[in-house]
Amino acid sequence: MFKGRDVLAITDFTREELEHLFRAVDEIVEGKVPASRVLEGYIMATAFFEPSTRTRLSFQTAMLRLGGGYIDLAEVTRTSIAKGENLADTIRMLDSYADIVVIRHRIEGAAKFAAEIAEAPVINAGDGTRHHPTQAMIDLYAIRRFRGRIDGLVVGVLGDLKYGRAASSFIYGVTLFNIRKLFLISPPSLRVRNEVREYLRARNINYEETEDLKDILRELDVLYVTRIQKERFPDPMEYEKVKGSYVVTRSLLEEAKSGLVILHPLPRVDEISLDVDETPHAKYFEQAKLGVPVRMALLKLVLRGD
Amino acid sequence: MSENQLMVRKIRDGTVIDHIPAGRALNVLKILGITGREGFVVAIVMNVESKKLGKKDIVKTEGRFLDISEVNKIALIAPTATINIIKDYRVVEKKRVAVPDVIKGIIRCVNPNCITNQPREPVEPVFTTVSKSPLKVACKYCGQIMTQEDIVRQLVGR
Repeated sequence: MFKGRDVLAITDFTREELEHLFRAVDEIVEGKVPASRVLEGYIMATAFFEPSTRTRLSFQTAMLRLGGGYIDLAEVTRTSIAKGENLADTIRMLDSYADIVVIRHRIEGAAKFAAEIAEAPVINAGDGTRHHPTQAMIDLYAIRRFRGRIDGLVVGVLGDLKYGRAASSFIYGVTLFNIRKLFLISPPSLRVRNEVREYLRARNINYEETEDLKDILRELDVLYVTRIQKERFPDPMEYEKVKGSYVVTRSLLEEAKSGLVILHPLPRVDEISLDVDETPHAKYFEQAKLGVPVRMALLKLVLRGD
Repeated sequence: MSENQLMVRKIRDGTVIDHIPAGRALNVLKILGITGREGFVVAIVMNVESKKLGKKDIVKTEGRFLDISEVNKIALIAPTATINIIKDYRVVEKKRVAVPDVIKGIIRCVNPNCITNQPREPVEPVFTTVSKSPLKVACKYCGQIMTQEDIVRQLVGR
């Protein structure tokens, strides 16, 4: 099901495949798999052409926890890329050294292109504004873990839906399940891209685009919050005008359902105020902890297939 | 045969591409990779009256049969086009063009940040057709959706 496969977009996977992955994660989270040497002798290459903390470190940790090793392409300024080597040649090199390649790049479609060049499976750890499938796997697993299921829930996605790849992948991901409704909450200039809207329409997903979180908050079972970056606004004044409307505060949450789960791919800046952290809604730190086990399960399935 | 077509003599063997939207005959030739240096006869008629289109262009190629997959590429800018295969002065086959399911190397992705627009990477743009009417294609690499308008603007320049 997973062996030897590239992981380029969450939409490459079916619900059944994701559920298979989640069961493998369960075993790891529940400690049923003892400190294991299951990937002993395997080498993973991490090639992050864009800055990353969590994703890169959690992939490396996942590999080490399974007994495997990794090689890491250092910062671009210190590698052959600084000498002008193109992506294709860099990937060919990594492919010849490693059993699996994890890539993040600001260029959209870079991971797919890398997968065409490399014989080894390629995992997309983020390409520009488009896909971040392993983050979506973590997010979906988190919902399943904190709410028991994904089907039947009302899910809101807040923030930069246009440029945020975690948000896009999350939106694609939840639609693989039978959610009751999807709210896409953003300023008008940061609404989902056309291809995402096309995808939702083609699958008859019950979704609504809105600018106002307050209006629909009480309907939500899950709220996925992403950061709105100031740089995305051509006019800084416009940013100043809208930013307050997209901050989740403790007082705002008084209207929410008691079981509302708030997720965030992190890093957080100020889109969730610190006083939310102590509420039972705040699940983003626990969600972040799932990064390593989900990536462990995925690496194991892709490299070993069992 | 209408008077319009009489502006250029009948061809013996070859292909007539009729009902091209007015002013796009040269773009059609470009997409087909016909430069005029191949040696065979090419006749171009532009801006003639058409019952269906008001005005239209016609392209005739003598001694050159265009296969259907080749001709389908022109559906991107000339969806109304009809193809007549001529043998011994007679139309032996009449076809409408259809947008292919996969489009390779004719159009560029409009997303400047797409891998296919990076100057030093060996990658050819590939699109899959998501809708034929209205025409919408998606970049295989970055997922960008391009509409008929985007494609015409790129290939025809307006």
